[in-house]
Amino acid sequence: MTSPANDRPAPGFAASVVAQLFPACAVLAVLTVVTGIVYPVAMTVAIQAAFPGPASGNQVQDAAGVVRGSRLIGQQFGGPRWFHGRPSGTGNGPYDPTASGGTNLGPTNPALATAVRERAEALARDNPAQSAAIPIDLVTASGSGLDPHVSPAAALLQVPRVAAARNLDEQAVRRLVEQHVEPALLGVFGRPRVNVLELNLALERLSRGPEQSSAN
Amino acid sequence: MVLQAWIEVACILVATAVAASAVAPWLAAVFRVDADGGAANRCESWLEQLERPVLRLAGAWPVQEMTAGTYAAAILVFHAVGFGLLLAVLRLQPLLPWNPDQLPAVPWLIAINTAASFTTNTNWQSYGGETTLAPISQSLGLTVQNFVSAASGLCVLAVLVRGLVRRDSGTVGNFWRDLVRCTLGLLLPLAILLGLVLASQGVVQTFGTHLEVTPLDPSIAPDGTEPPPQRIVIGPVASQVAIKQLGTNGGGYFNANGAHPFENPTPLTNLLEIVAMLVIPMASCLAFGRWVGDRRQGRALLAAMSVLFLPFLLLIVRCETQPNPQLAATVPAVDQSPSRDHEGGSMEGKEVRFGPASSALFAVATTATSCGAVNAMHDSFSPLGGLVAMWMIQLGEVVFGGVGTGLAGLLAYTLVAVFVAGLMVGRSPEFLGKKIEAREMKMGMVVLLVPPIATLLGTAAACMMPSESAAAPNPGPHGFSELLYAFSSAANNNGSAFGGLTATSGFWTLALATAMLASRLLTMLPLVAIGGSLAAKRTVAESAGTLPTHTPLFVLLVAGAVILVGALSFVPALALGPLAESLQPVASAAGGGP
Repeated sequence: MTSPANDRPAPGFAASVVAQLFPACAVLAVLTVVTGIVYPVAMTVAIQAAFPGPASGNQVQDAAGVVRGSRLIGQQFGGPRWFHGRPSGTGNGPYDPTASGGTNLGPTNPALATAVRERAEALARDNPAQSAAIPIDLVTASGSGLDPHVSPAAALLQVPRVAAARNLDEQAVRRLVEQHVEPALLGVFGRPRVNVLELNLALERLSRGPEQSSAN
Repeated sequence: MVLQAWIEVACILVATAVAASAVAPWLAAVFRVDADGGAANRCESWLEQLERPVLRLAGAWPVQEMTAGTYAAAILVFHAVGFGLLLAVLRLQPLLPWNPDQLPAVPWLIAINTAASFTTNTNWQSYGGETTLAPISQSLGLTVQNFVSAASGLCVLAVLVRGLVRRDSGTVGNFWRDLVRCTLGLLLPLAILLGLVLASQGVVQTFGTHLEVTPLDPSIAPDGTEPPPQRIVIGPVASQVAIKQLGTNGGGYFNANGAHPFENPTPLTNLLEIVAMLVIPMASCLAFGRWVGDRRQGRALLAAMSVLFLPFLLLIVRCETQPNPQLAATVPAVDQSPSRDHEGGSMEGKEVRFGPASSALFAVATTATSCGAVNAMHDSFSPLGGLVAMWMIQLGEVVFGGVGTGLAGLLAYTLVAVFVAGLMVGRSPEFLGKKIEAREMKMGMVVLLVPPIATLLGTAAACMMPSESAAAPNPGPHGFSELLYAFSSAANNNGSAFGGLTATSGFWTLALATAMLASRLLTMLPLVAIGGSLAAKRTVAESAGTLPTHTPLFVLLVAGAVILVGALSFVPALALGPLAESLQPVASAAGGGP
C-alpha cells in the first residue's frame, strides 16, 4: 500500500507525501511550542506556587536547620548507631540518585541467593539481640535503589542494636519507631512502612535530648 | 495482609472503570466520525475554537476530508518529521537553553534509538534519564512526542471507526484536525489535571536540576573524611510523568521510571498512575459503542479485553506475593511470608511503599496497555510473573493496548474472528453491516503478523551472535528471557524491559529501533487502509444469518483469536525462557559449601 505513485490514478502516494510535508512541520511546530514549552513551564510555575515543598523535593532539615536530604530519597546508613535502609543497586555506590535502578538479578540467579545470604548473615552478626526472622525487604534491593522506606518489622528488628549503641532506653526507641509507621492509605492502598531518614533524624533529636538534660 | 492486597487490587480496578466511563463521552465527542459533519454539539464548537488557529497556520483550514491514502501519507510524514525533530533536539542538546548541567550531545546510537522509541509510542529507555538528558530534551523532545504519538494512535482508531460508520464514502477524516483535537482537547487537559495531583503528592516539578546535601550519617565516608554529598536529581518531572502514563508512553524522567520516589512517591500516586494507563484504552471501547450507535458493541469489546486481562492479573499477583523458593531454600533465616509488620513475597526490585501485589498489578497494566512504565523491576519478578508480563506484550498490545492502537488492533482481531466464524457457518462475513472481504483480511494479517515476526526474528538474530547475547547478564533461561523480552517490547511498542540487559551496542540500538518503527508503521498504515476500504462499502441490512457481535459467545471468539495467535507464535519461545526457568529445580541449600 506504500507503493510509488506510478500505478495509482488518484493523487498518488508520493504526491500526497510531498503535499503533507508543510502541514506536518507546521502542526508539529505549534504542538511543540504548546506541549513542549508552554505546558511544562506553566505547570512548573503553577505547581511551585501551589505546592512549593513537594514540588522542590520534600527537603528535610536537621535540628540546626540544614537541609540533609529529601524525605522521599533514601540514604546510606552504616554502623550500629543508625537504622539501616534496604540494600541499594544504584549506579555509583548505594543510594546514588544520579543513577537510579535495581540490581535486575533474576529470581533464580545464584548471585541473588548469595547476596541475600550474605546480607542475612551480616544482619544476624550486627543484631545479636534479636531472634525473629529477618524480613525479606531488609535483604533485597529495591527497584529504584532509593527506596526511603523499610517495613515496620525491619525497623523493629534493629531497635535493640540502635538503643544499645546510643545508650538509649529500648522502649523509647521502640516507641519512636512505632510513631514513625506510616499506615496504608485508608487501610487499603500501599503498605505500612517506616521512613528511615525521618526515623534517624528523630533518633538524633531523641539522643540529644536526654544527654543534654542528664549532663545538667 | 494477603486479603488486603486483593482488596487493594479490586479497588484500583473499580476506580479505573469509573474513570473510564467518565472519559468515554468526552472521547466520543472529540472525534467526529460521520461523513457530513452531523449536528454540531456544544463540545464541537469549543473544539473548533481550539483547533482553528493551529490548522489555519498549517494551511489546513478549512478542513478537507482525506482519502485513506492521503491520511496514511500524513501519518507517515508526521512520524518522519517528529523523528527528525527529536533526533535534532537530542543531538543539539548542548547548544539549547535550559541545560544547566551542560550535558553533552546524546551519542548517535542512543539518540537514534530514543527518537524511534518516542515517535513510535514505545518509549524504550536506552538512555539513563538522570545522566543523559537535560530538562530541555525531556520537555521539548520527549514530552512533545508523548502527546502526539498517543494522539496519532487515536487518529488510527478514528479512521477505522469511520470506515465502519460511513457508507459509500471515499474519505476517512482529516489527520491534522484529528491530531490537534486529540492533543489539545483531550490529552492536554487530562495531563494538566493529573500532573497537578501528582505534584501535590511529591512528584517534583521545578526549574532546578539537583540538590546537593550532606548525608546524615558521617561514618559512610571511606576514611573518616567528610562524606561525599548526595546529589539528588530533580526537574520538571510531574508534567512528563502525567502524559507518559496517560498516553501509554512510559518513558521515565529517571532511569528507574515509576519505581523512583520522585515519579511515584505514594500509594495514591501509584493508584492514579495505574488508572491513568488504563483509562483511555478502556474509554475507547465505551466510546466505540457511542460512535457506532450501539453501546453493546463497545461493552463487548471491553469484555473481550477484560476476559484476557483478569486471569493474567490473578496469576501475576499470586506469583509475586509468594516466597521465592530459591531464597527460601538457601536462606531459611529470611522471612518471606506476610505478617502484620511486613509484606513478604518477592521483594527484590520492588518498593516497600507499594508491596508485591500492587507492583504486580502495575506490571500487568503496563504490559497489557503498551505503556511500559514500571514501578518495580520486571527482571527480578518470579519466572511466571515475568512470563505474564512478557506474554501480555506478545499478545500484540490489544488487551487494552496503546491509546487508540490497542482497540484498533483488537478490531483487526475482531475482523478475523468474524471472518473465521463466517467461514464456519457458510455465510458471508460481516461486521456492523460491512462485508469483510479479501482486502480487509490481507491488511488484517499484516497487522497481526508483523509484531510476532519482528519479535522472533530479532530474538533469533541476537541469540546467534554470542557477543550480542552476552548483553543479558543473568545466566541460564533467564538470560534468554531478557533477550526475548527486549524484542517483544520493541516490536509491540511497549517499552518496558528486563532491565538487566545492556542494550547499548550498535546491534541492539539499531535492531530495536528498526523493530519499533517497522511494527508501528506496518500496523498503523494497514489499519488506515482497512478503514478506507470499509468506508467505501455499502451497509448490508441485518438478516437472520447475521452473526451478532455483542454476545458472550462472540466475546469468547475474539478472545480466543487473540490467545490462539499469541500462543501459536510464542509458546515455544516462552518454553525456552520463563517456563524453563520456573521448572528449574530449586538449588539445594548450597549454604556454606563443603
